[in-house]
Amino acid sequence: MSYVLGLKCRECGQHYPQKGVHVCEVCFGPLEVQYDYSAMRGRVTRQSIESGGLNLWRYRDLLPIEGEPRTGLNSGFTPLRRARNLEKILGVKELYVKDDSANYPTWSYKERVVSVAITKAAELGYDTVGCASTGNLANSVAAHAAMAGLKAFVMIPHDLELGKVLGSLIFNPTMVRIQGNYDDVNRLCSEIADKYKWAIVNVNLRPFYTEGAKTFGFEVAEQLGWKLPRHTVCPTAGGTILPKIYKAYREFIDLGLVEDNHPKIYSAQAAGCNPVVEAIHAGRDLIKPQKPKTIAKSIAIGNPADGYYVVQAVKQSGGWGADATDQEIVDAIRLLARTEGIWTEPAGGTTLAATIKLIQSGRIPRDESICVCITGNGLKTVEVVVDQLAQPPSIPARLEAFDAYIHDSQTPAAAGAGNPVMTAGKA
Amino acid sequence: MAIKIRIPTPMRQLTGGVDMAEVQGATVAALLGQLCDKFSGMDKRLFKQPGELNRFINIYVNDEDIRFLSNLETPVKDGDDVSIVPAIAGG
Repeated sequence: MSYVLGLKCRECGQHYPQKGVHVCEVCFGPLEVQYDYSAMRGRVTRQSIESGGLNLWRYRDLLPIEGEPRTGLNSGFTPLRRARNLEKILGVKELYVKDDSANYPTWSYKERVVSVAITKAAELGYDTVGCASTGNLANSVAAHAAMAGLKAFVMIPHDLELGKVLGSLIFNPTMVRIQGNYDDVNRLCSEIADKYKWAIVNVNLRPFYTEGAKTFGFEVAEQLGWKLPRHTVCPTAGGTILPKIYKAYREFIDLGLVEDNHPKIYSAQAAGCNPVVEAIHAGRDLIKPQKPKTIAKSIAIGNPADGYYVVQAVKQSGGWGADATDQEIVDAIRLLARTEGIWTEPAGGTTLAATIKLIQSGRIPRDESICVCITGNGLKTVEVVVDQLAQPPSIPARLEAFDAYIHDSQTPAAAGAGNPVMTAGKA
Repeated sequence: MAIKIRIPTPMRQLTGGVDMAEVQGATVAALLGQLCDKFSGMDKRLFKQPGELNRFINIYVNDEDIRFLSNLETPVKDGDDVSIVPAIAGG
């Protein structure tokens, strides 16, 4: 049993039963899961949540599944880390990193949405799942489908990083590389979902899929000791996670699980694909689509379906947006790695670089709590740093050779090598 | 020769299950106008108000989003391929 009442169109309010349908048949608006919150009061408590396993299903009362989870029993509950080294460098008082680069089994936040979508697909009787993906989602769908014993079809743009291609293929899905960008893949997948009657997780299972993203926000709140950070910076691609983190915060506030400290949420995008940040800066609700041109491929979505809702959540919360150039993104990836020991992909570099800009511009005060949302792992995108890291020296296996290397590397001319100037990191 | 418009599943109740409609016109606006004349109820699904598409409707002409072309005034010619596609989440 669950607290789900059904699906409802976010635009026109039309109601639907729980089924594989992603847009309102009346107005094409996105559908959202409706819950019976009044029935949750007094039953969904800190204690009821804490009694669950250390995975994303500890929040299942707030997720749209009816039976037992099919996958994801080891996903979620990723580290929330106090980033004291970064605090010093950035000159801020209280900084946290929520680290989904450590999410199991494919190292991105997508485990959250996919665990819910795959469980729902099985519940609704589908035997084949699929997705349109910039890589992370395909990795996760392929792995979770393998665990759940479902067939998987994953569709990706033809030019993805090798790590992301192999990271799906190893799980033996049917993978098709589409000649076009993500938006082209997405459009094709909506037509595939129509024709083949498969559960395309981010198309016809979208209302259920997106709910899984709330667990990122639930975990931040619980791991912070049942408190919300004042400022949360989140990457924006299609626009799924940011509004859902904000929704998670609001649900916990409404259920009385955390105090309402008026949390603000901020969108981070790459400068080469910033339709949402551009709209926030221009004070527009309308998103103008773009042709992406950035190394941050996992967030290179020029026509973000839920971009409108990102703008609404940012505005409603009193947040803002910032974008980062490709070089700033790489610099921030390296900064996070060398200060906190976390290797993130370009989406994470974008988020940290944007956070730095928001702090420097005074949008985020230095003396309030800040949470940086890291949603993916750098091991999948080695291409973006390979040319920027100093080649390690090669020396004979003799102590004199090592002594000579140490001596030479400490001369003034060599002291700066391998320690590049951090433009994005200056406070 | 006419221009084909691909109708997505959520709209096929209006078209009696037809997934491809043939219409004629010189611009996207003219094509959609004909489509609305042909199938009752289509008008409300496509347009928020005259000349303004609903927020979640994407129109493509030969694989290009009309917002990169001339929006509703995008010219079309015989043999062009036009699709109506709902917005989609992902990543």
